[in-house]
Amino acid sequence: MTAPKTLYDKIWDAHVAQEAEDGTCLLYIDRHLVHEVTSPQAFEGLRLAGRSVRAPGKTIAVPDHNVPTTEDRVKGIDNEESRIQVDALDKNAKDFGIHYYPVSDVRQGIVHIVGPEQGWTLPGMTVVCGDSHTATHGAFGSLAHGIGTSEVEHVLATQTLIQRKGKNMKVEITGKLMPGVTAKDITLAVIGKTGTAGGTGYVIEYCGEAIRALSMEGRMTVCNMAIEGGARAGLIAPDETTFAYVMGRPHAPKGAAWEAALAYWKTLYTDEGAHFDKVVTLRGEDIQPVVTWGTSPEDVLPINATVPSPDDFTGGKVEAVKRALDYMGLTPGQKLTDVKIDTVFIGSCTNGRIEDLRAAAAVLKGKKIADGVRAMVVPGSGLVRAQAEEEGLAQIFIDAGFEWRMAGCSMCLAMNPDQLAPGERCASTSNRNFEGRQGYKGRTHLLSPGMAAAAAVTGHLTDVRDFA
Amino acid sequence: MDKFTTLTGIAAPMPLVNIDTDMIIPKLFLKTIKRSGLGKNLFDEMRFDRDGNENPDFVLNQPAYRNAEIIVAGDNFGCGSSREHAPWALLDFGIRCVISTSFADIFFNNCFKNGILPVVLPAEAVNYLMDDATNGANARITVDLESQVVTASDGKTFPFEVDAFKKHCLMNGLDDIGLSLEKVSAIDAYEERAKLQYPWV
Repeated sequence: MTAPKTLYDKIWDAHVAQEAEDGTCLLYIDRHLVHEVTSPQAFEGLRLAGRSVRAPGKTIAVPDHNVPTTEDRVKGIDNEESRIQVDALDKNAKDFGIHYYPVSDVRQGIVHIVGPEQGWTLPGMTVVCGDSHTATHGAFGSLAHGIGTSEVEHVLATQTLIQRKGKNMKVEITGKLMPGVTAKDITLAVIGKTGTAGGTGYVIEYCGEAIRALSMEGRMTVCNMAIEGGARAGLIAPDETTFAYVMGRPHAPKGAAWEAALAYWKTLYTDEGAHFDKVVTLRGEDIQPVVTWGTSPEDVLPINATVPSPDDFTGGKVEAVKRALDYMGLTPGQKLTDVKIDTVFIGSCTNGRIEDLRAAAAVLKGKKIADGVRAMVVPGSGLVRAQAEEEGLAQIFIDAGFEWRMAGCSMCLAMNPDQLAPGERCASTSNRNFEGRQGYKGRTHLLSPGMAAAAAVTGHLTDVRDFA
Repeated sequence: MDKFTTLTGIAAPMPLVNIDTDMIIPKLFLKTIKRSGLGKNLFDEMRFDRDGNENPDFVLNQPAYRNAEIIVAGDNFGCGSSREHAPWALLDFGIRCVISTSFADIFFNNCFKNGILPVVLPAEAVNYLMDDATNGANARITVDLESQVVTASDGKTFPFEVDAFKKHCLMNGLDDIGLSLEKVSAIDAYEERAKLQYPWV
């Protein structure tokens, strides 16, 4: 009998094309997602070396980081550098014959939302992209992680990556979530516990009753931020929820192929007794709606807490917290619910899916955003946008005073015109609260879509549970 | 890619923990389709004010560190975004080695693809070298990849671990796409196998 394997072990073993004596492997890549920011140098490298794309049918490109989110974008991109980058992707997709969703296509959106939506991401696959949030796709029980541009070029040329296997980490969320607590709170609470480097060198498998109870949208939110905990990838074993999401998607298998795939996918779970190098357990009931107060995703606390003091920390974190509080304009002891906000951003590959918009709209229905607050919703894809319009969510946002935008990465990283001004404070459903992330000197508080909506209405950080 | 064998140079101390790739190279500068020319914007928001004036407190603006080739950094250097523009910017500025207790995985890999050596050392060693680095141009640190040793300016030595394959590529300046393409028969064979086992992929 073979030794019990983790889900990660199984997917890894199924993709080793060659293993050297020292354990360095050529790992085969099933899906390669490409966007405009981290790929131009890779395609240029191919051209200079006279190389082609080995598996164009497994390579999917979509512009997302730079694209404006205003409706007039069909007329073209004003910013010259952004336009050049998007044009380069247009040309590279055409020249190398890879699948492509241009800005004008209703299916365009954030690469990590488009991949699953179109059925490109399937259980058991290896998925890479020149983007750290590729971890999102792990929600399907696929091994998915971000790579640099040199590795993008390597995958384009060889359909493989040179890799050594990481370690196994189990993150179990037992029991049930309390009302008002979401997948975003789970993933932030885990980072709060493990720190931003706690997952370095590991692949995380999320499991437990509270994870099983999540929709695919919620699971993608959890896995999306595995990278914020330092883990290369986060995984969730596929189950009926996964299969129901995948079935019928444009690039999902059909007929006999579906049956064969399903039989295989049902073998993708961690065997009883398999070894994990590290285990973290949280009780679902203990997780509260959370918000970040600092400039690292590990700087997270329940919404009813107060801003901490540098004295609460040790080592290098003391200086980091002093710097973070100064940057964020916060005082130790201040109640988080007293922190006033200027802007609300709902969107990103973390929380730009239909379920996220439903959660925010449920809070906003029949309400108006506070005076002086700027609020925007940027759906994760054109199809999410269309569905939200069909369900009447768009009208709820518009009636409340939100701007209803076209799909893209937008203010999550502010490469397009959607940016914070210096000192401006944002309640954001995105994934990073780094200095300058949403705009030069901008201040970011990460939270769930429902919490973002509640903050928009009150004008300050707000406990969504008090908000009926 | 330039080879990395031995480097003796000025080390800039950056004790801040969790220095992320957004700090190393802000997104404004990712709109390039080239790899070169990013050094002038390395740590842009820390190095300059909005009008482009230098922040005199920032370590790389201080006369002793303008020619630094090594950074000694706080824990978890290079976390966040996968942008390879981060090592490109470091390299273009002249940094060939970063020493820390830990690095984020993607950044760590990206360094090796660009001739930069990330050295992981225990906290006591990093603290020692951090102190050494505060002596500016008077303290030149040596990083010897072949023997896997960092030597402080007073001669104190710190051995470090490095993956044998990555070391080989870095010491010889090898293009790993070329190396992998030499194994194309293994990739072909995998694809044949996978076509039967996982025909839906």
